Amino acid sequence: MSAEVESQIIEIICEQLDVEASDVDTSKSFMDDLGADSLAIVELVLALEEKFDVKIPDDEVDGLQTVGHAVSYITQRLG
Amino acid sequence: MTRRRIAVTGTGVMSPLGLTMNETWGGLMEGRSGIGPITRFDTTDFGTTIAGEVRGFDPTVYFSKKYVRQMDLFIQYAVACSFQALESAGLSDEASRPDPERCGVFVGAGLGGIITIEKTHDSLREKGPRRGVSPYFVPAIIVNLAAGQISLFHGLKGPNFSHTSACSTGAHSVGEAARTIERGDADLMIAGGTEATISPLGVGGFNAARALSTRNDDPAGASRPFSKDRDGFVMGEGCGVMVLEGWDTAKARGANIIAELVGYGANADAHHITAPSPNGEGAQRCMKLALKDAGIEPSQVGYINAHGTSTLADTIETRAIKGVFGAHAESGLAVSSTKSMHGHLLGAAGGIEAAICCEALRVGKLPPTINLHDPDPECDLDYVANTARDADVEYALSNSFGFGGTNASLVFRRA
Repeated sequence: MSAEVESQIIEIICEQLDVEASDVDTSKSFMDDLGADSLAIVELVLALEEKFDVKIPDDEVDGLQTVGHAVSYITQRLG
Repeated sequence: MTRRRIAVTGTGVMSPLGLTMNETWGGLMEGRSGIGPITRFDTTDFGTTIAGEVRGFDPTVYFSKKYVRQMDLFIQYAVACSFQALESAGLSDEASRPDPERCGVFVGAGLGGIITIEKTHDSLREKGPRRGVSPYFVPAIIVNLAAGQISLFHGLKGPNFSHTSACSTGAHSVGEAARTIERGDADLMIAGGTEATISPLGVGGFNAARALSTRNDDPAGASRPFSKDRDGFVMGEGCGVMVLEGWDTAKARGANIIAELVGYGANADAHHITAPSPNGEGAQRCMKLALKDAGIEPSQVGYINAHGTSTLADTIETRAIKGVFGAHAESGLAVSSTKSMHGHLLGAAGGIEAAICCEALRVGKLPPTINLHDPDPECDLDYVANTARDADVEYALSNSFGFGGTNASLVFRRA
């Protein structure tokens, strides 16, 4: 399931941040590598919430700095 | 001390007649109407179902799609036109521009991001405040982000804000930008107006005020300034900006100067929220201010791009022109309303019409007032009816008047 979640998350990241899938892997930082600003991260979180039907509390958003953080967070929440 | 002269060195235009100045000018010269049925939303039950929409605009020609979500349409138009204007000024290359701290932006709008406001309000009610409102909502809708986004895309670090004065926004922005350069606060300004209000609330609001034409079965004939059977303005959208530079610095860099901005007048009627003062008293004072600022006699003006909205106010503007220009208004002065073709671009009108005046001076051709076959008896000037014409004009004046009783007049000289 994790691989499927990862590919769905990467798809959302590509759409939201207007980046190519080939530039996205779990090591990438949203802000440092993928050009996101704080507003883009809010929008990304909203898109993830909608896609996976979870609510991500604001104080947990701060922990989601890389693609890998987002994948493991969502996987855990879905588990 | 002599006043610093102001050069117009570039223009950027997006209108119902085309996606560039060249396309728009081509439409004006053909006497073509850019008005058609509204496609942007379902107009069922609306009194007015026609407008001048910008057709075929692809924002990704100018910037990547991630920025599209961050900007209401009025900002997208402004950023696109800023690229066009810098290109037309020969300044696409950043290295060719003046010191960025000496380059500013005054681009305003009458209403701001009403399309995004409406859509976001709908999604707020549907999805609630947490998921229904984008974090980009505020920067997408506020008026000064037109100027702000332009500064970001081009790295322009000089004065940056938006004037807003309803339908005279574009003209005031251009005039105030000239003043900024004259004062020495900048060497280059991108200035004008932008607007995108063809939305249920935008059309509904002007319908409620009984301001719009309801000639829905004849879109191309609906905007008919100075005609006896005119029945209201036709909403347009788009953007018109120009690059203004100090004459000295423009010359020094070898710029191709399109025209000179020589006069600017700004004042108020202090009469009524929407109706002009009787006999256009405020407009008369405004045109006189602009002529005095230009240091010319009324008889030296060869062309006026009228506010001419296709409303009752056309009669008032005609009286005002007669009051200022006297016998010259009867003979030798050409007046046209290009709103007959591109519709009323509201906050962008003064910007696009200023650019049109400059092009008219440059190429020696006057755009017509179309749909003018049976003039209002009280509208008896030379309105360049229906067909563009050649004219050797040295000075052109552009009028813009707005709700709130605000007025702006600009005077351009052939370069």
